[in-house]
Amino acid sequence: MTAQVITVTSGKGGVGKTTAVANLANALAMDGKRVVCIDGDIGLRNLDVVMGLENRIVYDLVDVIEGRCKLKQAMIRDKRYPELYLIPAAQTRDKNAVSPSDMVRICNDLRPDADFVIIDSPAGIERGFRNSIAAADRVLVVTNPEVSAVRDADRVVGILEAEEKGSPALILNRLNPALVKNNDMLSAEDVLDLLGIQLIGIVPEDETVIIGSNRGAPVAADGKSRAGQAFRNIAKRLQGQDVPFMDLEPQGGLWSALQKITGRK
Amino acid sequence: MNQLTALVQIKGIRDGLLAAFTDAPWDEQKQALLAQIDEKPAFFQGARLAMDVGAQILKVNDLVDLRDFLSERNVSLWAVISESPITEQTAQLLGLATRISKPRPEERKQTLEASDESALFINKTLRSGTRVEFPGNVVVVGDVNPGAEIIADGNVIVWGRVRGMIHAGCRGNRSAMICALDLSATQLRIADEVSAVLKPQKDPKPEIASINKEGRLQAELWQTG
Repeated sequence: MTAQVITVTSGKGGVGKTTAVANLANALAMDGKRVVCIDGDIGLRNLDVVMGLENRIVYDLVDVIEGRCKLKQAMIRDKRYPELYLIPAAQTRDKNAVSPSDMVRICNDLRPDADFVIIDSPAGIERGFRNSIAAADRVLVVTNPEVSAVRDADRVVGILEAEEKGSPALILNRLNPALVKNNDMLSAEDVLDLLGIQLIGIVPEDETVIIGSNRGAPVAADGKSRAGQAFRNIAKRLQGQDVPFMDLEPQGGLWSALQKITGRK
Repeated sequence: MNQLTALVQIKGIRDGLLAAFTDAPWDEQKQALLAQIDEKPAFFQGARLAMDVGAQILKVNDLVDLRDFLSERNVSLWAVISESPITEQTAQLLGLATRISKPRPEERKQTLEASDESALFINKTLRSGTRVEFPGNVVVVGDVNPGAEIIADGNVIVWGRVRGMIHAGCRGNRSAMICALDLSATQLRIADEVSAVLKPQKDPKPEIASINKEGRLQAELWQTG
């Protein structure tokens, strides 16, 4: 058995790459998969915080590359899932400490003993991004329904196509169905129309995601969270299952009740 | 070693280093370049490298491999100058510059001759960050997304949506035109006229933009018959 290497990237920063990696990794682990996450953001690490593993870091990715420890020693076991690991980034170094061939080598070492290797790419299209996509079998591009984020995603898709990494799949993060309904936000159709790539999931705006990130407990494990459900669905699709897309109509709050009465669209 | 290094000449230019390749096999020259760098790692540390690859036809993989090898040695590849349009297009796809500040004289001459006659055919969507420059007409079957740019000496025809920037007649040809199935561009330019007020349309129709009798850039609906 050999692992699939998935890189999560976006171009623009702050759209939810790290959150997506942590949640997808948790969701895959919940399905019994063996998952290794790699934080590719050398110098600005934060996947460890979102996964709640900050205080367990002894060795990091750069230590492995520079031979100060074995790969297994840098793999931090998750608190909840024994088959979920994190290889953290170095905080005191920069992107030049890692090269694309280092990433390929590490992923190849991980392949025999894992089902999924998920790489959290840094924002931008420079060295760190090149490192992160070097080993990828599959790339997921995360974007928000915002013009600037979509434009950066488009640039990244263009680069991935030029590098013959195949067409990436899209995660549309933080969609607010109520705003879309009022024409105040780009809709999923608008975004897909421009990017022209396959959609693998839409994650609705959900405050539980922020709370989960701050607590180091990704919402994928929260049965009630709608965003958590969306991430679990994406994880199922990554395993090749056909899961229908969630109904994202605004839920019956006071506001939508008002909208119904006034007939506003 | 001397024989090897003779394959690739490296010299300093204003914006960094320029490696001049010959027509010898690509792999040998690549090795020669890397060998030169490995010989004097301190000199090349953090360098910006441009390559003049002559008439070599290079595919995406060739350039990506070399760029990765270079970046492992802390040398950043920023430009590829080529006589071959295929290599030039590959370089543009990878976001590399294809002209350095002073274009070679013979390139410019060739540029002028190519006008009017030739057209560049692009059968895909141009995504953000892609810049296409061509000394003739440009035909795109696909969209031109926001953040993409087309700069042509002649006309530009897009069988798709235009939401990026298009400059037709960039060498002053005021009779150049821009045609598209949906012209909701962020900015259009013909010769030295600029138009920035094009609204996204709900129900797009094919349009032609040209410079009208009053000398202003104007878009008109396509009239059949």
